[in-house]
Amino acid sequence: MAELKVIIFQLKDEEYAIPVQQVRSIEKIQHITRVPRVPKYVKGVINLRGVVTPIIDLRMRFGLEEATFSDHTRVIIVALDDMEVGLIVDAANDVVDISTDAIEPPPEVVDATTADYINGVVKIGKRLFILLNLEKVLKTEKG
Amino acid sequence: MDMSQYLEVFIDESKEHLQTINEQLLELEKNPDDVSIVNEIFRSAHTLKGMSATMGFEDLANLTHQMENVLDAIRNGKIAVTPELLDVIFRAVDDLEAMVVSIAEGGDGKRDVTDVVAQLKQIEKGEVVVAQKSTPTYEQTYDEFEYTILKQSAEQGFHSYEVAIKLRSDCLLKAARVFMIFEVIEQIGEVIKSVPTVEMLEAEQFDDQFVVTVVTKVSQDELQKRIMKVSEVEEVNVQPVDFAQEKAHEKPVEQKEEPKTVEQVAEKKQEGQEEKATGKQVSNKTIRVNIERLDVLMNLFEELVIDRGRLEQISRELNNPELHETVERMSRISGDLQNIILNMRMVPVETVFNRFPRMVRQLARDLGKKINLEIIGAETELDRTVIDEIGDPLVHLLRNAIDHGIETPDVRRAKGKPEEGTVKLKAYHSGNHVFIEIEDDGAGISREKVLKKAISKGIISEQNAANLTDKQVYELIFASGFSTADKVSDISGRGVGLDVVKSTIESLGGSVSIDSEEGVGSVFSIQLPLTLSIISVMLVEIQNEKYAIPLSSIIETAIVKKEDILHAHNQKVIDFRGKVVPLLFLRDIFEVPVIKEEDDFLSVVIVRKGEKMAGLVVDSFIGQQEVVLKSLGNYLTSVFAISGATILGDGQVALIIDCNALIK
Repeated sequence: MAELKVIIFQLKDEEYAIPVQQVRSIEKIQHITRVPRVPKYVKGVINLRGVVTPIIDLRMRFGLEEATFSDHTRVIIVALDDMEVGLIVDAANDVVDISTDAIEPPPEVVDATTADYINGVVKIGKRLFILLNLEKVLKTEKG
Repeated sequence: MDMSQYLEVFIDESKEHLQTINEQLLELEKNPDDVSIVNEIFRSAHTLKGMSATMGFEDLANLTHQMENVLDAIRNGKIAVTPELLDVIFRAVDDLEAMVVSIAEGGDGKRDVTDVVAQLKQIEKGEVVVAQKSTPTYEQTYDEFEYTILKQSAEQGFHSYEVAIKLRSDCLLKAARVFMIFEVIEQIGEVIKSVPTVEMLEAEQFDDQFVVTVVTKVSQDELQKRIMKVSEVEEVNVQPVDFAQEKAHEKPVEQKEEPKTVEQVAEKKQEGQEEKATGKQVSNKTIRVNIERLDVLMNLFEELVIDRGRLEQISRELNNPELHETVERMSRISGDLQNIILNMRMVPVETVFNRFPRMVRQLARDLGKKINLEIIGAETELDRTVIDEIGDPLVHLLRNAIDHGIETPDVRRAKGKPEEGTVKLKAYHSGNHVFIEIEDDGAGISREKVLKKAISKGIISEQNAANLTDKQVYELIFASGFSTADKVSDISGRGVGLDVVKSTIESLGGSVSIDSEEGVGSVFSIQLPLTLSIISVMLVEIQNEKYAIPLSSIIETAIVKKEDILHAHNQKVIDFRGKVVPLLFLRDIFEVPVIKEEDDFLSVVIVRKGEKMAGLVVDSFIGQQEVVLKSLGNYLTSVFAISGATILGDGQVALIIDCNALIK
């Protein structure tokens, strides 16, 4: 029975999960340099210890309303293939182990815009985690 | 036994050996009789065979073995060197290269080589036995450098002579006589070379004869008479330098063939020593460093540059003289350090150039043209990042010169040119740039042809065409969707034309220009920055955002009054030193959120792209700074008019503006 270690983060009132292997680090929000003429959800770039890293506002990526940054706001630096991108989330709460058997296909009722970005859902106790499909999130709309 | 730890070394060394084989084969083609070259090739092939057998790459070893057999036969005079034979060997080398590449990429290095092996076997058994005798004569030989000097002086109207001087056998003070003779010659010309060398002559390490090569403006007779005036000179024999023959003997220094006569061996020895004396190849002590380590060093240093910027900023704000002084000294030292690190990453362009002779030879044979490739300045150094990128554009331009530039031998003959076309590949430093020129003595660019084509492709209109200068017309061949060859060959002109070359070079921060004369030839000149990783920029502010503009594209900055802005075709322009320059409001282009109100004065940065100019309107200038160029990462590719980013002293990211994209 395969175990999967995931990082749990919050977006609006839902909890999302992302495998730790895809996460490089979790950062506090810092100065973001706006990049002109890019999709709205790309907030810009930050200086991540000498590496210029693009930042995506995950709320806007999912078509949710924008939120003001708070003390809980975090940037999760994820890596996929040779890309490193930061995702702005409302909070990063937890690391949990889930068993791969517990993953269920996404329910039909999930909001149509976010449905694309979901790999499945996991229910642990009373909490429901939505498994993020990073490929889809990072895929630019043109490509 | 686990071989993996040796694999890297094996691959490196194999590549080096293959490169040697390639170079020597080309040399062999020029001097088919030179056994020493064959020996050189044989040695490399033999080492390669041994290494690959040890590493367990059977195919590699087999093919090398077969090649070795053929080389052995050549060495023993059983087979004559013909272009056809070399073709087969070259093909075998290609296969070997492919195998090594496959191994380097983690493959097994296997490849079907039965064809080539069969051909090699055929050659080995072939009965074409031509007794080859080199022609041992008492003559001067020149290396490439000396040869160039001779040729250049010939072009400037000097005569070159080989002067064989014999002193009387009873001459006592030979060194003194030599000195006198040299003095006589130096009054009327210049000694290019002497055999034995001047040092040996002065040490009286010669019998009674020596040969000097002289460039002078005086006639053969006068030269002879003047030297004869020196006493105790028995005989002076003046011969003009035979260029045609020198060509074939360009690199004879390595001749180590079996002794023919005692006299000749002595001469060879002298030549060997002479090579040492001229110090043509001073052996430098070097170590191999993994390029990754240099990259790490570079990255660390880049961090340091960022902190340096920060320190400079703090010191300015605090205005403490002691801090000021320390920071300034640190800046200077780190500046020196920067130079050294950048220098370490410098690689001679040779690494790119040395694959061209093969390519040119192949192309020339494929196209039925005769081409002589001259490479000048292969030792010129460039940053590795530039080297990595410059190969393909150069291949493109060379192919272009050979395919479209140089005419076929019969056409050339009809035009009264030598059958063999010359392509010169020249690299040199100038200021903060490296120039690479590709010059051919071919057909040149036809203005009419280019214009006709450009009009038919809709690149320009007929009215505009007449007003263009020649240079502007040549620029057209860099326009996308342009190909001047009447017929499309597979060498060049596959639709993806010179526009790709231009954009690659511009993406490296360089530029290309063309000079051409119809019927005489063309020169493609590429200008490249020395390095790509650290550049000088001008920092500007647009509302609350900071941007960097590369100094290389800036002409100057200006403050313009609002009422001085003119309007032309819905476009705001200014009159800048008599020229109409369009204004680009970066605030609008980059959709910068507006916070501050506009001033009555505009800060304008005048930038250029080739001949065109534009004025970038910003809110204020911050100043000039050296910054480290960073990419925006793989997620944000091709952001409009942004070529990269940099990290400023305060840790924030500033975007670098790509002026080329802004000017159309």
